[in-house]
Amino acid sequence: MRLSPDEIILWQYGFVKLNATIATTWALMLVLSVGAKLITRRLSTDHTRSRWQNLLEIVVTGIEKQIEDVGLRHPRKYIGFLGTLFLFVAMASLCTVIPGYEPPTGSLSTTAALALCVMVAVPLFGIEDQGLGGYLKSYLKPTAIMLPFNIISEVSRTLALAVRLFGNMMSGAMIIGILLSITPFIFPIVMTVLGLLTGMVQAYIFSILAAVYIAAATHVRKSKPKAEPAPNI
Amino acid sequence: MDSLTIIAVASIVIAGITTGFGTMGPAFAEGRAVATALTALAQQPDASATITRTLFVGLAMIESTAIYCFVVSMILIFANPFWNQALALAAGK
Repeated sequence: MRLSPDEIILWQYGFVKLNATIATTWALMLVLSVGAKLITRRLSTDHTRSRWQNLLEIVVTGIEKQIEDVGLRHPRKYIGFLGTLFLFVAMASLCTVIPGYEPPTGSLSTTAALALCVMVAVPLFGIEDQGLGGYLKSYLKPTAIMLPFNIISEVSRTLALAVRLFGNMMSGAMIIGILLSITPFIFPIVMTVLGLLTGMVQAYIFSILAAVYIAAATHVRKSKPKAEPAPNI
Repeated sequence: MDSLTIIAVASIVIAGITTGFGTMGPAFAEGRAVATALTALAQQPDASATITRTLFVGLAMIESTAIYCFVVSMILIFANPFWNQALALAAGK
């Protein structure tokens, strides 16, 4: 039994391999970016608008509201990163309704890459918000003794992010595979529906946790309200 | 018993024990979390959005410990490093 779609190799030249994970990721990226481009090509502001524009507006405002609820004050600044994470993971698990599709998030390399993106983005947003010294000082909170533990938590939460997403996606595919060999008719369909729900919840969790980490890195001083940045629409 | 058999038996038994015992704690914890959330929902139906969101995040965090156990047992069964090493040693003999 396969543990991840990494082991399906579509094309190989020397040490350069093209496995199913990379191919599916590229396909998802293509679908997401071309779809967004096509929808945003004809945007309207009056009462008649296309149903796709409605869909996109619901998605974007929903993500924005969730980010704001976590405690980040200017969600437009972070929606590029957090929204992309959510949309990619959600799309990757939604597409499991297509037969023969293997979610790229069921491979540890994809989830590790996403978690590493979060690990890099959190200090970047933190430094941008409170400067290099201010961000580095947050490692010494509450006392300097906590410095090694803060660094350990930085690494361990990245590991936890990666393994959580990987484990959930992989276990869904694995359980369906095992059930197909035991009770091939009705029950795998029920588990597929449950897998869709789990995938959406995991996408939500992944982006919310990333938002919480960014909020923790940027939200140290609350007393000085900054000027409202220009909304980049 | 040669070393291959010992590795196979140990991997399978430990994989079962890992998932079995590793899911007990998260199961209790999730039950308590849901029960508490339901109590809170019954007392304050207005705050249902916040309670549900926090409940989902918390459940996923609790469940991830069970998922770690599952990943470890899957690695023990399907991607066991000692098994491959022993196979390579046996083939080299």
